Amino acid sequence: MMNVQDIRKQFPILHQEVNGKPLVYLDSAATSQKPTQVIDAVERYYKEINSNVHRGVHTLGTHATDAYEGAREKVREFIHASSTEEVIFTRGTTTALNMVASSYGRANLQEGDEVVITAMEHHSNIIPWQQVVKATGATLKYIPLQPDGTIALEDVENTVTANTKIVSVMQVSNVLGTINPIKEIAAIAHQNGAVMVVDGAQSTPHMNIDVQDLDCDFFAFSGHKMCGPTGIGVLYGKKKLLENMEPFEFGGEMIDFVGLYDSTWKELPWKFEGGTPIIAGAVGLGTAIDFLNEIGMDNIQQHETHLAKYAMQQLSTIEGVSIYGPEKRAGVVTFNSDEVHPHDVATVLDTEGIAVRAGHHCAQPLMKWLEVSATARASFYLYNTEEDVDTFVAGLRKAKEFFGNVF
Amino acid sequence: MSFNNLDQLYRQVIMDHYKNPRNKGELEEGALKINMNNPTCGDTIQLQLKVDDGKISDAKFIGEGCSISLASASMMTQSVKGLEVDQALKLSGIFSDMMQGKEYDEENFDLGDIEALQGVSKFPARIKCATLSWKAMEKGFKEQDEA
Repeated sequence: MMNVQDIRKQFPILHQEVNGKPLVYLDSAATSQKPTQVIDAVERYYKEINSNVHRGVHTLGTHATDAYEGAREKVREFIHASSTEEVIFTRGTTTALNMVASSYGRANLQEGDEVVITAMEHHSNIIPWQQVVKATGATLKYIPLQPDGTIALEDVENTVTANTKIVSVMQVSNVLGTINPIKEIAAIAHQNGAVMVVDGAQSTPHMNIDVQDLDCDFFAFSGHKMCGPTGIGVLYGKKKLLENMEPFEFGGEMIDFVGLYDSTWKELPWKFEGGTPIIAGAVGLGTAIDFLNEIGMDNIQQHETHLAKYAMQQLSTIEGVSIYGPEKRAGVVTFNSDEVHPHDVATVLDTEGIAVRAGHHCAQPLMKWLEVSATARASFYLYNTEEDVDTFVAGLRKAKEFFGNVF
Repeated sequence: MSFNNLDQLYRQVIMDHYKNPRNKGELEEGALKINMNNPTCGDTIQLQLKVDDGKISDAKFIGEGCSISLASASMMTQSVKGLEVDQALKLSGIFSDMMQGKEYDEENFDLGDIEALQGVSKFPARIKCATLSWKAMEKGFKEQDEA
């Protein structure tokens, strides 16, 4: 068991009043809060060792390089990659997925080929594929959803064909909380000769990740959703695939030899890290990983699963509230109230110091599937408590009461 | 239970327009139709304007959205009906000033119900909800000018 009160003490931002009420932060699926350790690590980096990496002969340069590459090793261990050559630092999940679509997709797709995604994807796992199929003449196909917002393997088998070259699926839905069977989907992709890409933005912060066990070919995630700084993320790729891919950005850092008319690239992973890398961000992410490991990913997942279940129970006691997605889910609860528009829900909750997300959650095709224009979402992390859920549910009752008086 | 903070935003007039929207519906063929959405939240509106001799003779809207965006569309169609196009655009500028919490011209226009939306300026996250229908009108006249 983890001690949530002790954990909360380590997040300075949580101890403040918003609109005169103690902050209840239920928007961690958008971005998580940061513990003191991470904030201090970034500050210490700038105060004590800031220098550019991989070039300085001087001492600070060595310290900075050690810190940056040390963070890479922490990421490797965290996601169970076999080598740091397979761990590329990026700006975030969006950049990582764009790298796969551009560097792998453009080189390996042609007319008649298919890219397969699902109807629940975040925009960042839709648009890069839309763009690459337009450029290559390939086709984009969607695996349909079950009524409860899950994916049936039968539908995967029916959608993925011998023409499919890429299958790209989110591991956890940022709207429905669905946990997708990535390992099984990857097996189907491989049987058909396709590569498996995983959007791990909503899973990596909340559960154990083992890219070798999943047997995915690419895996993308962001640091800021897992207690790390904004502006740092990771693309994992199998070495064999990365070796055959062209770099995504060209310039400093990523070169081996530069001539007047031709150049060659550095080894993995650096050939994909053009320009001065996100050194402080990587250091912060490495510290976030230490922090999460100390608590234990299994404990975190168990805690959030419990909170989601508790929230769904409590919400179901309010008349006219619909909850989207399956029973078994990650710490995300998306809902609507029949009388109150989600923006109005979010504003009423905000006046109570409660932060939730309202809108389409960067998943417009999924909103269309749900036949709603917008929804409200409460998402939980390791620092949330049952009391947070109670405050949130009381706030929602207040919104219903306020708007109920109108109608 | 106290609703003090909320009453500042959700004034009774606003809730009345939300509950009983004026000018909700569609005009006949030939009206100027403008689609506008708020990409950050999913609100959508189609504004329909009938312009005769430089004057807005009728205005209607259809759409989906929150209380603020729908009430604002209702008020907006009500207030521009009968105005010359340039007057309507001026009113849109005044409304924009009001939303930004700036001083605004109260002398030359009867702002009527619109003034109830003043409280929105204190809720920055909701300003775009209130301005959606006004932006639609501006876009419509701009495109018409360029055509």
